[in-house]
Amino acid sequence: MQLRVDQVEKSFGSGRSRKLVLDRISFTVNTGEFVALVGSSGSGKSTMMRLVAGLDRPTAGVISIDGTPVRGPGSDRGMVFQKYSLYPWLTAAQNVAFGMELQGLNRREIRERTSYFLEVVGLADAARRLPRELSGGMQQRVAIARALAAQPRVLLLDEPFGALDLQIRESMQEFMHDLWQRTGLTALLITHDLEEALLLAREVHILAPNPGRIVRSVAVDLDRGDLRHLRLSPQFLELREELASCLRGMEPALTPAP
Amino acid sequence: MARAKDLLHHPWVLGLTGVLVVLLIWTLVTSLRLVDPLFLPSPAAVLAAGRAQAGQGLLWADLLASVGRVLGGFALSAAVALPLGIAMGTSTVINRLLEPLMGLIRYMPAPAFIPLLIIYFGLGELPKILLIFIGTLFFNTLMIMDAVKFVPRELVETALTLGGRTSQVLLRVITPCIAPQVIDAYRINMAAAWNLVIVAELVAANEGLGKRISLAQRFLRTDEIFLGLIVIGLIGLVIDLGFRLVMRRACAWAN
Ligand SMILES: Nc1ncnc2c1ncn2[C@@H]1O[C@H](COP(=O)(O)OP(=O)(O)OP(=O)(O)O)[C@@H](O)[C@H]1O
Ligand SMILES: [Mg+2]
Repeated sequence: MQLRVDQVEKSFGSGRSRKLVLDRISFTVNTGEFVALVGSSGSGKSTMMRLVAGLDRPTAGVISIDGTPVRGPGSDRGMVFQKYSLYPWLTAAQNVAFGMELQGLNRREIRERTSYFLEVVGLADAARRLPRELSGGMQQRVAIARALAAQPRVLLLDEPFGALDLQIRESMQEFMHDLWQRTGLTALLITHDLEEALLLAREVHILAPNPGRIVRSVAVDLDRGDLRHLRLSPQFLELREELASCLRGMEPALTPAP
Repeated sequence: MARAKDLLHHPWVLGLTGVLVVLLIWTLVTSLRLVDPLFLPSPAAVLAAGRAQAGQGLLWADLLASVGRVLGGFALSAAVALPLGIAMGTSTVINRLLEPLMGLIRYMPAPAFIPLLIIYFGLGELPKILLIFIGTLFFNTLMIMDAVKFVPRELVETALTLGGRTSQVLLRVITPCIAPQVIDAYRINMAAAWNLVIVAELVAANEGLGKRISLAQRFLRTDEIFLGLIVIGLIGLVIDLGFRLVMRRACAWAN
């Protein structure tokens, strides 16, 4: 499978109030790859994700999967949203089963796959709880399990841990890394957190704002044996600092020049 | 001491106290004959009037007539409002087409339709049921439409990215999501249905709680007027509690 984003542009509004949000974005994601887009708030990250998901149309350019242009949302591109998006009236297990039910899988298969994916995200015990009875981190894990259970060819993650506090964020990053290694999923991650992107993705694209455009792409070849060590390794810190200064250089100055 | 405080915090206790205080004042005022009994009958007199009407079977016939009309008209309104409200909340075209119209009709007082309904449909059950239908349809619809508009976008879009079709989004995302607001809208607008049935019966009816009240007025039977008012209030309360119960059972997730 290859997800291909080719010279994609997106603008909102028309006439004078027309605003270019994404400017000629191109990148690809192949089966088994974990790719990240990093940009500050307002750089058009969510907009990019909505285009890939087919929830919105690009103004110009093409997004395709194996050469077939994306025309709308579909189960081949599973999405995990920035904000919690579990169905509050369904239990964790029912949420995980939801996509499979929409697709009309048979009951036995749904039951088996539901417990498998709850197991995968470590929430077998929480199967019968309602979302409001789950912590933020648990809710996002259920959302990930729900997306995976629907068998997408690529998983779209739009700041999936953005609403979590730092400690849970770190354990979720480890969880995600683990999941990627175990299940060999294909993922496109969008985040404003450079560290998160470098920890998880083999390929990181830096998005500059106004309009959103890719200014740098790096292949991240680091030893990911132990994420906790990786966070502190000199190589990692050096790369992070280099890219961070690249991101900083694009921000409009907050303090007036002396 | 602590027990008394706990008791005070029980939701029913204070409410019941309010009712009892009013009853007490009413008893005092009437037994001291502060007001002419013709204007303010005693609780005992109202109770006696209730017994008499129940004994004659009048009370039950009236109850049946009024409740039947309310339920008939309101069921019709609820059944039409649900798909209509969802359609208006989800489709821009239908919304633009109907919202101005509904906004206009909504401000026409339903009782003002009575003369027209009588001319069209005579004095039978149909005009009364239609009055309740007209009087509650627009509020039900607009409240359901609003509920649909507040369905978080992510919930709909998640279903789409899971491979859901439009019909599945309507039935399995939007409908359950708005259920609590729909039940609440029905509960609130049910009160309007009760008001309307009484108004309709005051104008033209052979039986019904409103009819009984207007007959009582003709014979200066204030005890029967009081009886009618209290019965109407009690039934309204029971229906309201019923809706709350349904809500608590069916939408536990929303509490
Ligand atoms: N539907 C829309 N209509 C008009 N402008 C929009 C729309 N959606 C997004 N924008 C604009 O596009 C820009 C990028 O928004 P987007 O939500 O993609 O940013 P983001 O990088 O995801 O930010 P955040 O980190 O805060 O989530 C913003 O300036 C926003 O105002
Ligand atoms: Mg965003």
